[in-house]
Amino acid sequence: MQSSSHAAGGTAQPVPHLAGHFASLEVQNHAARLGMWLFLATEILLFAGLFICYGVYRFLFPEAWAAASRSLDLQLGTINTVVLITSSLTAALAVHYAKEGKNKMVAVQIALTLVMAVGFLVIKYFEYHHKFEIGTLPGRFYSYEGIQLPGVPLYFTVYFCATALHGIHVVIGMIVLAFSMVRALKKADFGPNNYTMVELGSMYWHLVDLVWIFLFPMLYLV
Amino acid sequence: MTPSSSIAAPGATPAPEEHHDHHPSYLVDGTTIKSWLLTVDHKRIGLMFLFWVLLFFLVGGIFALLIRVELLTPGPTIMDAMTYNRTFTLHGLVMIFLFMIPAIPAVFGNFMLPLMLGAKDVAFPRLNLLSLYIYLAGAVLALWGMLNGGLDTGWTFYTPYSAHTTTTVAPVLFGAFIIGFSSIVTGINFIVTVHTMRAPGITWFKMPLFVWAIYATSCIQVLATPVIGLLLVLVTVENLFGFGMFDPARGGDPVLFQHLFWFYSHPAVYIMVLPSFGVMSEVVATYSRKNIFGYRAVAYSSLGIAFVGFFAWGHHMFVSGQSTFAGGLFGVLTMIVGVFTAIKVFNWVGTVYKGAVEFKTPFAYFCGFLFFTVFGGMTGIALGTVSLDVAWHDTYFVVAHFHFIMVGATIMAFLAALHYWFPKMFGRTYHEGWGLVAAALIILGFNATFIPQFLLGNNGMPRRYYEYPERFQELNVASTAGASLLAFGFIIIAMYLTYALIYGKASGKNPWRSKGYEWLSESPPPTHNFVGPQPEFPEEPHFYVDPKKAEVPDAV
Amino acid sequence: MSELLNNILFLPEAASTFAERIDSLHHFVVGTTMVMSTAVGMAALFFFFRYRRRLPAQATEYIVPTLKTEFLFVSVPLVFFLAWFGIGFRDFTWVTTPPKDSMDVYVMGKQWMWKFSYPEGPNGVNVLHVPANRPVRLLITSRDVLHSFYVPSFRIKMDALPGRYTQIWFEATKPGTYQVLCTEYCGLSHSKMLAEVVVLPQEEYDNWIQEQRRGRLQDRQDALADNSLVPPVARMVEQGQVLAGTQGCFKCHSVDGSQHIGPTFLGMYDRVEQLDDGQTIRVDEAYITQSMMDPGAHLVAGYQNVMPTYQGKLQGPETAAIVEYIKSLRTPNVREGASEGPAYDAIQ
Repeated sequence: MQSSSHAAGGTAQPVPHLAGHFASLEVQNHAARLGMWLFLATEILLFAGLFICYGVYRFLFPEAWAAASRSLDLQLGTINTVVLITSSLTAALAVHYAKEGKNKMVAVQIALTLVMAVGFLVIKYFEYHHKFEIGTLPGRFYSYEGIQLPGVPLYFTVYFCATALHGIHVVIGMIVLAFSMVRALKKADFGPNNYTMVELGSMYWHLVDLVWIFLFPMLYLV
Repeated sequence: MTPSSSIAAPGATPAPEEHHDHHPSYLVDGTTIKSWLLTVDHKRIGLMFLFWVLLFFLVGGIFALLIRVELLTPGPTIMDAMTYNRTFTLHGLVMIFLFMIPAIPAVFGNFMLPLMLGAKDVAFPRLNLLSLYIYLAGAVLALWGMLNGGLDTGWTFYTPYSAHTTTTVAPVLFGAFIIGFSSIVTGINFIVTVHTMRAPGITWFKMPLFVWAIYATSCIQVLATPVIGLLLVLVTVENLFGFGMFDPARGGDPVLFQHLFWFYSHPAVYIMVLPSFGVMSEVVATYSRKNIFGYRAVAYSSLGIAFVGFFAWGHHMFVSGQSTFAGGLFGVLTMIVGVFTAIKVFNWVGTVYKGAVEFKTPFAYFCGFLFFTVFGGMTGIALGTVSLDVAWHDTYFVVAHFHFIMVGATIMAFLAALHYWFPKMFGRTYHEGWGLVAAALIILGFNATFIPQFLLGNNGMPRRYYEYPERFQELNVASTAGASLLAFGFIIIAMYLTYALIYGKASGKNPWRSKGYEWLSESPPPTHNFVGPQPEFPEEPHFYVDPKKAEVPDAV
Repeated sequence: MSELLNNILFLPEAASTFAERIDSLHHFVVGTTMVMSTAVGMAALFFFFRYRRRLPAQATEYIVPTLKTEFLFVSVPLVFFLAWFGIGFRDFTWVTTPPKDSMDVYVMGKQWMWKFSYPEGPNGVNVLHVPANRPVRLLITSRDVLHSFYVPSFRIKMDALPGRYTQIWFEATKPGTYQVLCTEYCGLSHSKMLAEVVVLPQEEYDNWIQEQRRGRLQDRQDALADNSLVPPVARMVEQGQVLAGTQGCFKCHSVDGSQHIGPTFLGMYDRVEQLDDGQTIRVDEAYITQSMMDPGAHLVAGYQNVMPTYQGKLQGPETAAIVEYIKSLRTPNVREGASEGPAYDAIQ
């Protein structure tokens, strides 16, 4: 495990860099993974706050929730769900190939993931656009004549806050994955000992996916 | 890794103290400004945090004094109502988000945690540096907002007032949101450090109690901060765009806001106070030369507080319109949190029993701390007995209670830590006599400031009052007089510590003869804490038993 | 004894049944707190002197507590805390559960005054009259932000929330006048949001209420004229009325609902108006101000663009006063359009 000599790229099996303050590579990887899990926990709690708002207001305005949910485009929502779940699969495959050291496949899988992420955002754009057109907007911007129930603007407040927050996470996830992709192409040094970066990025992507799996039934399938 | 690698500087800058080895201390290992600003050394980051935290403490303190001066007379004294409202908001926000929360974890936690674990650094040194700059970025944004318009909602920024006020809510709350990230990053860093970086021989139950306290604090930081982060964003959006999430005019529920707010802000109290319990465990063990009485009980109670603390938030809302049943539930859970604190207090007193006490400045703060924690904690319990809170809620009784905990526990611990670890951090000693004088002034001044406020609360004076009926004046004057005494104590500390920093005598490696783990390295420590291989820790921390004596522990 | 304790603790006079109920718990809890913190402090001090250090590097014994000691540490405080909680929660349930025969009074907080109304009339501003020795249930709400209704002598407090009612009850025991304070921060004049509870003996109270019902109208005008009781907002209204006269607003706008050159002021605030370009607009402060400064910006359908601009003719506070005056001409009974959620007014 003595890998502090930074002979990058020269030898047969590329070794990751061991920071000076860690006892061994194993410990370093363990630390990175533990840190990521903790970070994911904070992300879940971030969304938990919104879920609580959702729960309280759904309890207060059940009819409004049902009616407003109908106004969403279930088809687009379902397509988006499928797209995002599939992108999770490719992200997981990227980790698989990273473990085997097939850097090219890693880049391909991540690229597929990114394409699907972009697809997700594009579909989301069309959904948002439609809402701006007809005026199903949060709070005081709500101007849709079709549904006039108390609490409906609140539904769209929750809808927009939750999906926008999720959208931001999608973008962050894309940036993280893009970094791994660039590394897989340029340095091509992922291998059995060095796949933490792809793994962490993929973990984050799974979280983004997981949040959507909760958001989808909560918002579309009331 | 470090811009100031200790190996790459053979005899570059001579250390001011005569050390027996040739490894320069972290203070002089790299003297350029860049080597400080871009350092990833946990000790230097801790010191930079110390600088900023003290600066913000000064800012918050000045505003506290302004409040006290304003309240000298029943009518307007030195400022108008709007300025007063902004002043107490600024005092609260600066003290809580910029001083109290990072005070002990980010400064002493950063500095001591790796030393106490026998590690060379925290697990993620670069994230650690990032956390400092996130903190500063948030602080700059928040302060900019406060100075350009100023928020007038109180630090609790309850909706719907905060959603409608025309003062600058958005930048301040967004600044606080950014600071939250700093808190989360620090928390994650410490948890991972404790899990992965312990030196051989340090098992979970051989960790110093300060580490336990910081660990429990970090857990709260990581789990609670995201919720307030979300809430801050929602209120910012509400204020800017009127989304109506918490606006009753659009069906929103202001009580839901309060629930979410206190879900963070009650555990945040433990973010502020748990580290101080950790500091005091170290201080009492060192100065009475005893192992902590009931080590496991104290360690477990830290975790217990962190856990149960998450379920007691509703005791801030007994008269807010939540149900009577919910009031009862949160009341009971509050009592349980109180018991965990009681365990700690008894065990600290037990530690002194049959010890060998040396009455130094940090120990003086410990004495003050003990009294304040018991009094502040038990008045907290009193507020938790649901019916009494009906009368006390949002009066000066509450103000006095939480200042007893925040100032009485946390600032006492902060000062104790500053004195106790001063030689560790700077390798110099301060003047003991002045230290004791200042400690006496602070403890007296503190009592004189806040005991009248308890009585004011009993008498019925609500908090956040700019003007008040005349019958409250005597007690307000007494409180202001106490506050000036307190301020005087702080000025003395600032003077002799600054003096000690420059002209203080060299302290040597371990001036207190402490057997805490952090004292095993040099004072001040070299850049990577330990020279040579990772040290081993065969004994538990604070083991002062005569090696010739038997191993059989006495049980009491 | 309890009188003495109340004086030491600076407790105000106990003037309700609830105050009498909780004061003994107060003494118990605060007394124990003081005894305990002093005892811990003294024990510590004693130990410091008894076990002071004799040698610089003195060795000590290794002492750990037995399970029994730890159990004691846990159970003694727990028993005390739970006992207090038990007593406290019993009283809390008591104070949140009004008796069936209690008299109702509606309380509404707004920035920065308290309004009291009795189901059969009359209404009062900042003075609440109640009979002694009779349970009174307060149904509390707010028009704008959070407030909290607090009577130190009765030891009761309850938040006023916009959009919903909270309740608390009390039974005053002694006739007299007691101060009401707002304890939830509510903006600029939070500390001036004071009111009074006047407790009258039953007969006097009956006389008072009859008197009130007879001369309700007269009295309301008196209350308006009494500037000491009415916060600045009310005075702004009067100022606005004068200004509207001197600036010539009444030449075109009526205040009784009748049609004229411009829309009537009566009930204008918060009304949803149809604009001439087909859009709708809710009349709020911003719209009123805009209409004064740039009258042609959003014309209400059916009216000509004939109003002159008041840009530069009115100072900021004067504009605000006129806005306040228009707001005071609200007709709460005639809300147009479907109600969305609880009745509630936007905040200035």
